[in-house]
Amino acid sequence: MNVTVKLFATFRTGRFAAENREYQSGTTVLDIIKELDINADDIGATLINGRHVEEDSQLNEGDTLSIFPLVGGG
Amino acid sequence: MEKMRDFLRAMADGDLITWHHQKFAANYFGMTLAQVERIVLEAGLLPARYQRNRKTISIKDQAKLFRSHVAVIGCGGLGGYVIEELARIGVGRITGIDPDVFEEHNLNRQLYSTPENLGKPKVEAAYERVSKINPAVTFIPKKVSFSKMNGFDLLQGVDVVVDALDSIPVRMELAEISAELDAPMVHGAIGGWYGHVATQFPGENTLRKIYSRSVQSKGIEIDLGNPSFTPAVVASLEVSEVCKILIGHGTTLSNRKLHINLLDMEVEEIRY
Repeated sequence: MNVTVKLFATFRTGRFAAENREYQSGTTVLDIIKELDINADDIGATLINGRHVEEDSQLNEGDTLSIFPLVGGG
Repeated sequence: MEKMRDFLRAMADGDLITWHHQKFAANYFGMTLAQVERIVLEAGLLPARYQRNRKTISIKDQAKLFRSHVAVIGCGGLGGYVIEELARIGVGRITGIDPDVFEEHNLNRQLYSTPENLGKPKVEAAYERVSKINPAVTFIPKKVSFSKMNGFDLLQGVDVVVDALDSIPVRMELAEISAELDAPMVHGAIGGWYGHVATQFPGENTLRKIYSRSVQSKGIEIDLGNPSFTPAVVASLEVSEVCKILIGHGTTLSNRKLHINLLDMEVEEIRY
């Protein structure tokens, strides 16, 4: 299935801003985080089609997954 | 009171009261500048300093702002700009909470830090600044660390809470206390070129959702630090949220978060 993966802020460094990628059906958010070698502790939010989701959520054909790093400074 | 209103009406240029007349009235009638400002606004007159607000904020709304009490938790990068803008727009009471003194690494971005202020408590510098720029505004400095233990007392009677903290666990405690006190909380966080803003109203759990997966007390700011412009941008967005909540106009970031990327000039909306 085809999934658009969008990375934000520092997660783009050495990776990409947005890409259409092919995955097997049943792929979860966590699978993609691992594939992209993103440290799960650095993640602030994961969204599918603009909605907040947990790591075990499965993706469907045509979904857009967005991954944001944690931001907490003041 | 009636005498004072008559005096103010006689002195008004149209509906504008100059700073000179506001000060004169305070001296002559033995009142504080804040008391005079309240009477001016409630009489449908406008202190001349706010004349460029009026097409954005009516005199009635200006009076609402003046009757309001906003607490700013954290008086560093975000907090300095938030306090400055609240005082200039005319929010009548501002409580600033921060335990720290200014250090050299604050000078690149924290509005009230100067070489002269190094070692000075941040809330004291904020107090001095507010007294200078808008003496009719009451600034209440609290040189303490906000926590769940003292939060309920510190935020009694506050209309809106502004999160300008730099610790995720303390932000969560602030969200909890704000909910207990039925106070809306405007949340902002920054790191490097990036930041986000959200507003949590009583009954919403936005902060818990934003930081649902966080096991760390800090985010990307640990590596990236913060430049001068990111706190100014995010603080300004926070203050615009505060104003809308206080005057009841516009659309807030209720159940939404704006993610701001100044490096690529992108804004992303996240719905909760």
